[in-house]
Amino acid sequence: MNGILIIDLILLALLLITAVATVEVRNLFAAAMISSIYSLLMACFWTSMDAVDVAYTEAAVGAGISTILLIGTLVLTGSRETVRKAVHWPALLTCLAAGAVLIYGTLDMPAFGDPNAPAQQHPLYSGYTQQNIVKSPVGKSHENVEAYNAAQAEAQAHAEHEGEHAEHHDFYHGHVPNQVTSIIVDYRAFDTMFETCVIFTAGLGLIVLLRGRKGNPLRGGLL
Amino acid sequence: MMLAVAAESMLRTDIPTLVGGVALLTGVLLLLVRAIAGPTTYDRILAMNAIGTKAALMIALIGFMTERPDFLDIALVYAILNFLATIAILKFIRHRRLG
Repeated sequence: MNGILIIDLILLALLLITAVATVEVRNLFAAAMISSIYSLLMACFWTSMDAVDVAYTEAAVGAGISTILLIGTLVLTGSRETVRKAVHWPALLTCLAAGAVLIYGTLDMPAFGDPNAPAQQHPLYSGYTQQNIVKSPVGKSHENVEAYNAAQAEAQAHAEHEGEHAEHHDFYHGHVPNQVTSIIVDYRAFDTMFETCVIFTAGLGLIVLLRGRKGNPLRGGLL
Repeated sequence: MMLAVAAESMLRTDIPTLVGGVALLTGVLLLLVRAIAGPTTYDRILAMNAIGTKAALMIALIGFMTERPDFLDIALVYAILNFLATIAILKFIRHRRLG
C-alpha cells in the first residue's frame, strides 16, 4: 500500500461527499460554495495524478471564474431552489445506463502505471516514461523497472525493424520536420482545431460584451 | 520481495508526510461539514477559503511525497488564486457587482 494511494482514496471519498452535497443542498449560494470546494479538491487530485496543467485550469476556472459567474447569476435570480420531490425514472435509468457503459469501457484499459501499456511503449514517448518510472510511486519496485527495460529493448528492436521501411518509420515521427508543428498538427490535429474554436468564441464573446453598451467606460477606448 | 521493498521505502520517506496528509484531509472533512451545514453565508465562505489553503498545502505535500519539490511553486499560485477568488466573492456579496 502506497502513501499516495491512501491520500488518493481519502481525496476521492471527500470528492464524492462534496458532489452529493452540491446536488442535495437547497440553498443555491451554498451549492455554489460547495462546487468551488469540489474544484479545489479536484485540483489536488489532478496534481496527485501528475496532471499539473489540468490542475491549474481546474483551480483558475472551476474555483475562480465559475464560482463568480454562479454568484453573479444568483444575484439576478435569487438563491432558493424550487423543491421538486418526485424522482424522474427515465432520467435516472439513463444516467445509470450511461455510467454502466462508462465503467464497462474502463475494463479494457491497462492498469494504472502499467509499464506495458501502449502509451508507455510508443517509441516517441520512451524518454518521458523513463523519467516517470524512476519518479512515480508506482514505478519504485524492481519488478516494474525490469519489465520496463524488457519492453524498452523490444520497442528498440521493433523500431530498428521498422527502419527498413523508410516511409512507414517516417509516419511514426510525423511528416513535418519542425517538432512543435508535428505534435500540434500531426498528432493533435482535432484537439488543436477545437482549441482554436474555443479561443475564437471567447474572443467573440469579449467583443460583444465590451462594446456597444451605453455608459460603458471602455467604449471607444479599448475596442 | 516487492512488498518488502515497498514497505521499506514507505518507512523511510512516506510515514511523516502521510500522517500530515491524513491530518490535512481530516481538516478538510471538518470544514466540509461546516460548508454544508453552516447556517450563515460567511461560514461557507470561510470554509471555502480554508479549504483552498489546505489544498495549497496538500499540493506541496504531494510534491514531497512524489519527490518533486518544485510543486511548491504551484502551491504558491494556488494560494494567490484562492485569495483573489475570496475577495471577488465577498465584493460581489457586499456590492452586488464586481468593481
